[in-house]
Amino acid sequence: MSGILILALLGLTLALAVATLLARDLLGAVLVLAGYSLVLSLLWAAMGAVDVAFTEAVVGAGVSTVLFLAALLRTSATRTAPRPRVRWGAAAAVAAATAALGWASLDLPAFGDAGSAPATHVSPRYLAAGLSETGAPNIVTAVLADYRSYDTLIETVVIFTAGVGCWLLLWREPR
Amino acid sequence: MTGAAAWLAGVGPYWIAILLLALGLYAMIAHGNLMKKLIGLNILQTAVILFFLSASAKWRATLPIVPAAGGAAPPSAYANPLPHALMLTAIVVMVATLGVALALLVRLYRRYGSFEEDVILGRME
Amino acid sequence: MIQGHDSVVVRTTVRLLMPWIQIFALYVLFHGHGSPGGGFQGGVIMASSYVLLGLALGRQELDRLISEAGILRWAAVGVLAYLVTGIAALGGAGALLDYAALPVPGLPAVRLRYLGMMAIEAGVFVAVAAALVLIFLRLARTGEGEEP
Repeated sequence: MSGILILALLGLTLALAVATLLARDLLGAVLVLAGYSLVLSLLWAAMGAVDVAFTEAVVGAGVSTVLFLAALLRTSATRTAPRPRVRWGAAAAVAAATAALGWASLDLPAFGDAGSAPATHVSPRYLAAGLSETGAPNIVTAVLADYRSYDTLIETVVIFTAGVGCWLLLWREPR
Repeated sequence: MTGAAAWLAGVGPYWIAILLLALGLYAMIAHGNLMKKLIGLNILQTAVILFFLSASAKWRATLPIVPAAGGAAPPSAYANPLPHALMLTAIVVMVATLGVALALLVRLYRRYGSFEEDVILGRME
Repeated sequence: MIQGHDSVVVRTTVRLLMPWIQIFALYVLFHGHGSPGGGFQGGVIMASSYVLLGLALGRQELDRLISEAGILRWAAVGVLAYLVTGIAALGGAGALLDYAALPVPGLPAVRLRYLGMMAIEAGVFVAVAAALVLIFLRLARTGEGEEP
């Protein structure tokens, strides 16, 4: 893992997130969101999470953008959102929650620590025994499809439910 | 790296994730436009994924695919695969939520003619 | 109705590319055990190929290949494939989704678990691809006329 690369990508991610939220043109905001997803997938590949990076690249920068554009381009007459008012109460609440989270994050194991609790609990067993027990060298697939198969089952049902939900919500749509 | 820089490198990615979470959350509250709220939701979800993946990264470790012929390195040489699997699920749930949310937005637009929250609430009376 | 792209270069390129994209999606599915990939990534790439077809060649071309009710059935088939594999493990006197207990004779436990994983990844592939194409089809309609 390269620290400089991760630092640069983190900075770029933050900048793109701010740009997406400040953009007043909805079409521009959606396209910057696609760029944000792509940079995020690069960041995750730099952190060693290649499966997640692959999925984020195809989902975030691919399908998700097309869905946004499909919904936006067929409905929106005025595509520019007016400038939002600053809501001070909400901003104060979010700032307080952020400060609390930041203070709590000081207890977390250091980034990249190989001896941290998440890295030494059950994952060494998956890494050591994954190939010999399941026959799959890709341990993430072994965890997803074999060791944690219930989660994947429910997730498949979730995506199916989303498809059915969209089908029903847009039932009587004009062609 | 010096002590302060090392400490900052140890907690920095978590802080960026928390900052993104705050940005997404505030965007969902403050923007009146429903599309911008949805974009804020997307950023919030990706911030959570970044948080989990920051907890699974390891310096001087490679991606969690062991060599098929055997001769695997000790587990500390591979990134933690468990959060990766969980976050894969999270990304799929992200796109599922997005699909349904966009369908709702399209229905609202068809009914009330706007993406603005106050306009919709006004026309609902 | 999505009209499709005007340029003949775009239309021809998409027509030529589509089978290769789908082969790549199947490759990502079947090679997911050994390289980054698997059911979800492959399913989304498969859905993207149909979305690309719809955007470049127009809605009518896409409707010749896919009907919305048929796509919903495909999504259900994917989920059912996953469930059937899991329940078959129950039939073999194991726990739900315990692939080592699948009632296939003569294979070692490692092989059974590998085949079980492959079966559910294929189910996930079909379910994800179908659901995403369905969401795109429903979101991308314009014009007049009613359709149940």
